[in-house]
Amino acid sequence: MENVLKVPTMAELFAAGKQPEVLFWVGCAGSFDDRAKKITKAFVKILNKAGVSFAVLGTEESCTGDPAKRAGNEFLFQMQAVTNIEVLNSYGIKKVVTACPHCFNTIKNEYPGLGGTYEVIHHTQFLRDLVSEGRITLEGGKYKGKRVTYHDPCYLGRANSIYEAPRELIKKLDAELVEMKSCRKKGLCCGAGGAQMFKEAENGDKEVNIERTEQALETKPEIIAAACPFCNTMITDGVKNKEKEASVGVMDIAELIASAQDL
Amino acid sequence: MELLPQILFGVVLLAGIGFFAKNVKTLRRNIKLGKNVVVSDNKPLRWRNMARIALGQTKMVVRPIAGLLHIIVYVGFIIINIEVLEIIIDGLFGTHRIFAPLGVIYNFLIGSFEILALLVIIAVVIFWIRRNIIRLKRFIKPEMQGWPKNDGNIILYIELVLMLLFLTMNGADFQLQQMNVAHYTHAGSFPVSQYIALLFEGLDVSSLILIERTAWWLHIVGILCFLNYLYYSKHLHILLAFPNTYYGRTTPKGQFSNLESVTKEVKLMMDPDADPFAAPVENENDTPPEKFGASDVVDLNWVQLLNSYTCTECGRCTSECPANQTGKKLSPRKIMMDTRDRLEEVGKNIDANKGEFKEDGKQLLGDYISHEEIWACTSCNACVEACPVSIDPLSIIMDMRQYLVMEQSAAPSELNNMMSNIENNGAPWPYNQMDRINWTQEN
Repeated sequence: MENVLKVPTMAELFAAGKQPEVLFWVGCAGSFDDRAKKITKAFVKILNKAGVSFAVLGTEESCTGDPAKRAGNEFLFQMQAVTNIEVLNSYGIKKVVTACPHCFNTIKNEYPGLGGTYEVIHHTQFLRDLVSEGRITLEGGKYKGKRVTYHDPCYLGRANSIYEAPRELIKKLDAELVEMKSCRKKGLCCGAGGAQMFKEAENGDKEVNIERTEQALETKPEIIAAACPFCNTMITDGVKNKEKEASVGVMDIAELIASAQDL
Repeated sequence: MELLPQILFGVVLLAGIGFFAKNVKTLRRNIKLGKNVVVSDNKPLRWRNMARIALGQTKMVVRPIAGLLHIIVYVGFIIINIEVLEIIIDGLFGTHRIFAPLGVIYNFLIGSFEILALLVIIAVVIFWIRRNIIRLKRFIKPEMQGWPKNDGNIILYIELVLMLLFLTMNGADFQLQQMNVAHYTHAGSFPVSQYIALLFEGLDVSSLILIERTAWWLHIVGILCFLNYLYYSKHLHILLAFPNTYYGRTTPKGQFSNLESVTKEVKLMMDPDADPFAAPVENENDTPPEKFGASDVVDLNWVQLLNSYTCTECGRCTSECPANQTGKKLSPRKIMMDTRDRLEEVGKNIDANKGEFKEDGKQLLGDYISHEEIWACTSCNACVEACPVSIDPLSIIMDMRQYLVMEQSAAPSELNNMMSNIENNGAPWPYNQMDRINWTQEN
């Protein structure tokens, strides 16, 4: 078992005169948040195993500006965007993959208008392509017959109409995919979007993540699958609040696949 | 004297259409109070969206019961309006059932109008029950108290009365035809109103003619009144759904527009050749710098204002909103209703002050929409997805956040912390930029 992650930076590759197949945009959550770092590592393990040539920006990466923009600070957003675009363009980046739907949405949709046009792929799409190209093989084994429900992240689903890639992967694991009462286009938010992650919610009867977790638990799942580090945090909190953490796991699609391969 | 009804009809028709035209002019003027935004891209897609969403009602049927009932009323009204064409011609030229020579086709048309009218009556009654007896949650939210509730019911009553008048007119006509009364040519088939005709048995010709004429007149006058009610009602959607779906967004929902005025400044700041000590370029027309974001209706763009007039307060947005579902004050429908109410207020202010807006010390943000509502949004796009006519409440919320943050520095303090973290260390949390890659070394 390979324990050492091979994570080249763009700066190293550039110095060696190499260009990777794809840039892995890690994102702030994926870099700093303890729970999200596990997703990042799981994804890297898969990339390493599949022999994908990739690199990260490392210390040259900075927040895409998504939370600033959604909080109304267009100045800060554009400062972040223009700085990031300068770095990406200086390395001649063409293709970006990220495990965060917020980074994905921002780079894909909002950077082109500011001079940064790339092919941007969400990690669930990237993994699906690796599977369909035969670069990784998925044997159900571990997840065979397990009840898995999938939570659609708003910025992946409604915002960018990506509903099927994560579901295809869950099915490839031979897991039993069970849908919540609001899913796909009608998927309920986890409560973190629009910069809510960083503030207390306004007064109400309930927290959004609790509402969503209840919907997920109604499907009697063994695993709640997510595809966004923020949704993951919100639903993990929700499951803890319901004292179900012993019986229900909250996992990213990349973690499901990595663990299915014993990575 | 013979011509009197025709002249009267002409006058009523002209007044009805004239008054409506005047309202349309006000409507256009108000919408144009919004900032200009060019929406000339993607024409084929826009036409397709209009055909699919407005004409084809594709988003209505996402909720099958309301969707089906709505299609009945929608199709009913469009098709039965062919009959209105005949009524107008008859009214102007003193003819009776001018299309009767179409024969079998005519019979088929009148027959299907009658069946549709009956279906519309059934649908309208069910709609009324949903609003007033079952009291579906989305129809009894706080913003639906008072006028919005009455407006919803008034529309149903008018529709019901119009359909009943149409059937009564046909029933009396059928009875007159049976009695071979001159002028009432045998034409049409009356699958529904033949049963109404049973009520008229035994009445003499002059009473029957009185009933038929009264129903005929009330029906057409009712339609003209309904046309003019639209401007004061949420019912404007029957017209504006078409332009609104045409001008609706064609880009991914997650793509928020980048503020151009900010781009210019950011580019200047990042330009190594820019002279920081250069005297500011004198502005030829000396316009004040543009306000960032929106605090009043005139800061919104005209598509957002068109959105507000198009909203028919169905509440699908609000019922899908995660903030609203969990008891927060935010209701996307209320955002649209408030925008329209404030826009009307501004419009009336302009009318009252000879075409100039006189400062009234009010604005949309604060006086209509509270900060609390604006900050409760998760930007999840559920409201945008739910709208059957492509309204985008989220864009208004985001424009208001921009105003609060960039003009007023009035963000909640936790968000200010998040933003200063991004500014200082490139992440929303206080971590060192240099630690960004530490995860590769951790187990």
